[in-house]
Amino acid sequence: MIDAKDRQIIEALQGGLPFVPAPFAQVVETLGMAEDALLSRLAELKARGVIRRIAAAPNHYKLGMTSNGMTVWDVADDQISELGTHIGALPFVTHCYERPRALPDWPYNLFAMVHGTNRAEVEEKRNQISAILGGACRAKDILYSTRILKKTGLRLKTNEQVKG
Amino acid sequence: MTLDRTDRAILNRMQDDLPLVSNLYGAIAQELGISESELLSRLTRLREDRVITRFGPFFDAAAMGGAFCLCAMAVPDEDFETVLTKVNAHPEVAHNYERTHRLNMWFVLATETAKGIGDTAKAIQMETGIEVLQFPKLQEFFIGFRVAA
Repeated sequence: MIDAKDRQIIEALQGGLPFVPAPFAQVVETLGMAEDALLSRLAELKARGVIRRIAAAPNHYKLGMTSNGMTVWDVADDQISELGTHIGALPFVTHCYERPRALPDWPYNLFAMVHGTNRAEVEEKRNQISAILGGACRAKDILYSTRILKKTGLRLKTNEQVKG
Repeated sequence: MTLDRTDRAILNRMQDDLPLVSNLYGAIAQELGISESELLSRLTRLREDRVITRFGPFFDAAAMGGAFCLCAMAVPDEDFETVLTKVNAHPEVAHNYERTHRLNMWFVLATETAKGIGDTAKAIQMETGIEVLQFPKLQEFFIGFRVAA
């Protein structure tokens, strides 16, 4: 859980860090705390897993990764942990999760994201996954993303919105 | 817009975890063998060109007592933009993608409480009249999202 000070810090940083020398020093101006204190709080939040990492999120499309395929698979429940670990370790798989099925429309329980410069490249990678799953996979599909509709990351509600 | 070798080196480095130090950009610039001012001006340009969509800490809602959930909806083509406006108006919608399937709108809800997921999904369902399927993660097999620039 997070306390009020953590929350204030998260609110100040959720929009991102400024591209200026000493970015944390700029952030503390609005927080009323010393830069050292902010950095040690952030280190603590990271140790607790509240912050996963400090990094840039790129736009895949602008990097030429124009084909983004969400490959989905119906994998036997008793084999999913072992096979999922195998699929998740493939260098071209960026996210890999077991999720619940939504029967009857959605029989798939393994999701693996695959990116490529074109769909042929994505299909080729998908075939590699298919070969690994073998007979444990009963059905499969691929959903290409055709448009980013929103990408803001986590936003805490402001207190005003919470009250409203 | 074209990316030169330095831009690519910057993008690759900036996707890895960065140190929590006061002189953050100076430290990265030194690693990359460029000046801090060059790094900052390139980063500013990359963000203006939307090559970088966001830079900063990535928070884990679950570790704060909240939750994430992937959701999907089957939106009729003629209603797509109207539904999109209603869905995106919720601050809990962290990202949203259009995909090639009958289930054509896929978004992630990030909420401060576990209950917030169901509440937001229900609200979207009421506002749009379209079922919101929820696909929470049961197991995560890898997290190391990084695109080679």
